Amino acid sequence: MSKYYLNYLDELESEAIYVLREVWAQFENPVILFSGGKDSILVTHLAKKAFYPSKIPFPLMHVDTGHNFPETIKFRDDIIKDLGAKLIVGSVQESIDDGRVAEEKGKNATRNALQITTLLDAIESNKIDCAIGGGRRDEEKARAKERFFSHRDDFGQWDPKNQRPELWNIFNGKHFEGEHFRAFPISNWTEMDVWNYIKRENIAIPSLYYAHEREVVWRQDAWIPNSEFLVLEDHEEIVTKKIRFRTLGDITITGGIESDADTLEKIADEVSGMRQTERGNRSDDKRSESAMEDRKRQGYF
Amino acid sequence: MLDNNQLLRFTTAGSVDDGKSTLIGRLLYDSKSIFEDQLESIENTSKKKGHDGVDLALFTDGLRDEREQGITIDVAYRYFTTPKRKFIIADTPGHIQYTRNMVTGASTANVATILIDARHGVIEQTKRHAFIASLLQIPHVIVCINKMDLVDFSEDVFNNIVSQFEEIASKLLIKDVRFIPMSALLGDNVVNRSENMSWYQGAPMLHILETMHISSDINKVDGRFPVQTVLRPQSDDFRDYRGYAGRISSGIFRPGDDVTVMPSGFNSKIKSIDTLEGSLEEAFAPMSVSITLEDDIDISRGDMIVRSNNKPEASQDIEVMLCWLNNDAAKPRAKYSIRHTSNDQKAMIKEVIYKIDIETLDRVSGDDSLNMNDISKVKIRTTKPLMIDSYRENRTTGSLILVDDATNETVAAGMII
Repeated sequence: MSKYYLNYLDELESEAIYVLREVWAQFENPVILFSGGKDSILVTHLAKKAFYPSKIPFPLMHVDTGHNFPETIKFRDDIIKDLGAKLIVGSVQESIDDGRVAEEKGKNATRNALQITTLLDAIESNKIDCAIGGGRRDEEKARAKERFFSHRDDFGQWDPKNQRPELWNIFNGKHFEGEHFRAFPISNWTEMDVWNYIKRENIAIPSLYYAHEREVVWRQDAWIPNSEFLVLEDHEEIVTKKIRFRTLGDITITGGIESDADTLEKIADEVSGMRQTERGNRSDDKRSESAMEDRKRQGYF
Repeated sequence: MLDNNQLLRFTTAGSVDDGKSTLIGRLLYDSKSIFEDQLESIENTSKKKGHDGVDLALFTDGLRDEREQGITIDVAYRYFTTPKRKFIIADTPGHIQYTRNMVTGASTANVATILIDARHGVIEQTKRHAFIASLLQIPHVIVCINKMDLVDFSEDVFNNIVSQFEEIASKLLIKDVRFIPMSALLGDNVVNRSENMSWYQGAPMLHILETMHISSDINKVDGRFPVQTVLRPQSDDFRDYRGYAGRISSGIFRPGDDVTVMPSGFNSKIKSIDTLEGSLEEAFAPMSVSITLEDDIDISRGDMIVRSNNKPEASQDIEVMLCWLNNDAAKPRAKYSIRHTSNDQKAMIKEVIYKIDIETLDRVSGDDSLNMNDISKVKIRTTKPLMIDSYRENRTTGSLILVDDATNETVAAGMII
């Protein structure tokens, strides 16, 4: 006799497919925010399932800081070709050149916060009414309160204390002109769920996630990759290590960990034994206790 | 993890003082779900605030305002996994002014955990939490009688509180209830068995959560498939394909089943049930699939495909238990948008039959106002029929929300009687 219940990964998959189809049904012009990281790759994979045998009906939107891992950009272009989807790029460099934002100064300067302006400008100029993201509630404490359908006002801001109640699986995406939504189909997934699912479905991910030899420098408790943007302090020294990345962001702020995990099995095993959160290696979240909440209020991913 | 490990969602209701945050912190800590950098951050904050040792309750604080005021305002979701199951905790504030948040957290839960301070026994708040668990038809209730260390781990105190709770529960629709004496602070009977209460023959909380039967929480009898969107690829391989995409609300569907499309009433047979991995021999709730039919029928979002020999009621006059969620009170005879499954219509609240006094659980007649956190029985009239089941039979086709067109906010949640 067959069983009539789903295991946890099938239930999470079914929930995410349901959310993606609700987005398509409730909005005029939605996009998937695609960073080339595992979470946005997962969302794209789930969108393929949600609309099969049709193609993914959304364009993919990439907010390009200009400080990329070259591997990420190649991966992005390959996936776009494979899906036959449209790519929209919002460029932080252009925002800087146009005087919309100013580059941060100092040793730990990054373009992380500058992305907010570029993202909101791209949403406005492309008349996007829903941006689908790979945010998960287990990532960070401000994200633990995020809705599946999350409202943004006409300045793109999030008001965490005045969110729409979300009951059962009934989502309310009604909005006025100029406002938009963020939708988070994998809200209920944890890092471990993501890896177990990527392993089960054998989803292609950038080589950066697998252990490889790379030139790095030890900074803020993580191995920061050498790149043309790296400015060395006097006491710092570039070394070659076998590392892999747990999350992918800007090449300037994404710290790697020493690892021998070069297959999906080994990565999943390694992650299940981890005693640090994945964003623990991201210097953008280390700035203050409420760093993520403050950025999210302004319109961050 | 094993392939048949399930997902269990539970809600915790309680106020600052009954140790709810400590309980969650203890579950996460003892099941080794707290990461070192999170623990470090809690240790630093504990020191700053002058606490002795690590205050596990700090782990559940989310937003800046909540951390500053030391309270939980909104529903926060927490996650942990054991070798047996994955868990989602909807952590909700317990105070009366946050009834709407408790209702939100309860709407998707398999299990409600209700905390009682062993020193105080059943209080008004306990009644309210039990009532919400019953109203939202949470299939299982676990009553955690906490702070047993402060009553000398007394079996008499425990038994006394159990009978107080059973008295309330007998008036409510609570089917499965279990009682656990515990001390979240010391870790007794949360993850590990208590050495201080050998008189307790039951299992610790985590063991109950890991093993309780939840496969029957979803209705597998009444076939209901609300259509979310229509898939028409018009590609060379799928020229005439017309698939109805949706998530099965309840029941089981198989190719060849006789089905009826509501509200139009057209009959057909299921031709195939499709996914990216291929076509299925059968599909059941809560799977997301694409269904094709033998006949070319005009079907769109908001329609529902159901088993022909077992249909929901199509009705424009609906009685619901309504929880008002918005700061602005309901306007008399005002029109709202109503959303029920994938169906969007207009509706008017015709009559308030009675209101529940949330402190005493008495019915109050003659008060037509609907203010934030009010729970009332009302009559609603919709512009077109909705395909409804009673909420008690079906949590998906028995639930609805009201949206105010002037603000686009979700103002009320309803459970169909």
